[in-house]
Amino acid sequence: MVATLEVRNLQTHFFTRAGVVKAVDGVSFTVGRGKVMGLVGESGSGKTVTGFSIIGLVDAPGRVVGGEILFHGQNLARLSEEEMRQLRGNRIAMIFQDPMMTLNPVLRIDTQMIETVLAHTKVSQEEARQRCRDALGMVGIPSPEERLKSYPHQFSGGMRQRVAIAIALLHRPELIIADEPTTALDVTIQGQILAEVQKLATNTGTSLIWITHDLSVVAGLADDIAVMYAGRVVEDGPVSEVLDKPLHPYTHGLIGSVPSRNKRGEPLRQIPGMTPSLLKLPPGCAFRSRCDRATPECATPIELMELIPGRHARCIHPHLEEQVAA
Amino acid sequence: MTVYLLRRLLQALLVMLAMSVIVFVGVYAIGDPVEILISPDADQIERERAIKALGLDLPLWQQYLTFLTRAVQGDLGRSFVFNEPALQLILQKMPATLELAVGATFMAVLIGLPLGLYAGLKPDSVGSKAIMAGSILGFSLPTFWVGLMLIMVFAVQLGWLPSTGRGETAEFLGLRWSFLTRDGLAHLILPAINLSLFKISLVVRLTRSGVRETMLMDYVKFARAKGLSPARVTYVHVFKNILIPVVTVVGLELGSTIAFSVVTESVFAWPGMGKLIIDSINVLDRPVIVAYLMIIVLMFIIINLAVDLLYSTLDPRVRLEGKS
Repeated sequence: MVATLEVRNLQTHFFTRAGVVKAVDGVSFTVGRGKVMGLVGESGSGKTVTGFSIIGLVDAPGRVVGGEILFHGQNLARLSEEEMRQLRGNRIAMIFQDPMMTLNPVLRIDTQMIETVLAHTKVSQEEARQRCRDALGMVGIPSPEERLKSYPHQFSGGMRQRVAIAIALLHRPELIIADEPTTALDVTIQGQILAEVQKLATNTGTSLIWITHDLSVVAGLADDIAVMYAGRVVEDGPVSEVLDKPLHPYTHGLIGSVPSRNKRGEPLRQIPGMTPSLLKLPPGCAFRSRCDRATPECATPIELMELIPGRHARCIHPHLEEQVAA
Repeated sequence: MTVYLLRRLLQALLVMLAMSVIVFVGVYAIGDPVEILISPDADQIERERAIKALGLDLPLWQQYLTFLTRAVQGDLGRSFVFNEPALQLILQKMPATLELAVGATFMAVLIGLPLGLYAGLKPDSVGSKAIMAGSILGFSLPTFWVGLMLIMVFAVQLGWLPSTGRGETAEFLGLRWSFLTRDGLAHLILPAINLSLFKISLVVRLTRSGVRETMLMDYVKFARAKGLSPARVTYVHVFKNILIPVVTVVGLELGSTIAFSVVTESVFAWPGMGKLIIDSINVLDRPVIVAYLMIIVLMFIIINLAVDLLYSTLDPRVRLEGKS
């Protein structure tokens, strides 16, 4: 069976005056049908740019310069802008981080929803409206008929994100890219939205790429996880295994940094140093300057290797001993 | 809505009242019209009689009260010079200025918006750079010089368009307008271009920066992520957002053009209000000055109200009933 999405060695670079920023530099992962893929990393690790690369919305001076984005076996990187437009919002949808910013403040909800329906299907205005109403009902917005006539500022943040999700669901896409969709919401709303999305994904067979820096969200939602650092995937695998026994020292540190894992009274653990500038990334492991296991060999280019069946890491000194101990 | 309009009306009346005091006192302070109006050969008795006839013998507050009571009845006084009602004098000249200002503003929007949109969407193209360079010229070249150049090129050398006056006029709503006749329209073109040059530049720059700012917004990216056509993204999602600042500035520009298009009117001998007010100031024709300024104030109030109403249709977050 062909996977819904297979990203192979994706490279997205930004050509700035200061030099070439390799925001995404060799990212590979696979998302199966109906699966949820957690794409995890710090700010600036390239996870959002990866999302935009897939849906073809990387703005100048950025450009996808290499690799393949296979959507049901079709390479999206080769499609024309018009072919891409027909896919967007139709077979691949995206949900953004800040619900306060994603809806156009001067257009009514019905305008913004109906235009999405009409962009991809030829139906009557009335039928389009009916679909929008159904979509709003599906994401748990009460009295959708009235809410259709509202403007975005008349909704709360959580409600707006539901509207954005409803818009993403209008065409029952095969893939939804969710870029930190719950980060801007408070915890209870976050929980509701997560449960809602999970239900929808299992019911409709939609695959999800869930971009986040919040490991607890990924732990509860995702099937697989890919950890990004400095524009590269440093580790991937099934979510429970990766979170329990991380291979890469960075993943290890990331999980260690979650405050709830610390004992009370102990100083919080942290990864020393900061993310390197993507402008002048030295060859080899980008994490080595912050890594306690680094050796001179780490300066040579390192590929993503299958260290345990089903699990990859880009490291020559992985935390293998813990795997054995377990 | 009704409450809002009533409140605005009340505010307008207060503004008019305050303005009338300022204008009246200000004009009084400029100088004594008697010295200019009455022939130096006139004897003392004639002088006294003239001063009494013009109502200038009364103290200022009494003059003001007389003015106010008459103004409420629609009488803004009689011109010292023409001995005609000041209001009528101004209204006769108003259509000329009005059609000039509206024509210029119309052109500014019609030309400035598309150019600004283009410059904002393709900021690095040669065309945009040319537009932006041109807009700097539009800002910085003095109006009178551009006017003279327009006359030189299009009237004198090419002979395409007339250079002075309003040409033929036709009556509409009891007033005489140039834009209704072919000849009048031909006369209108050059002065309107002259006046609109600055405004076009303004609209171009405003639109361009608006587009560039809006294009970066998440909702534009989201609109693209929905698979909308680029045209729909630009003309619905971006355009409606940039109209808000453009409407404000165009409204204010329209007002100031009506009030202060003196230079262009002088260069093209366009018989509008600008010329009348300058002449009136020269001879200290107080009633005309006061009436003119009152009309300008009224006009600004109306334009501002129109802009606010337009606002509320453009931006749903603006609610008219809200606190003032």
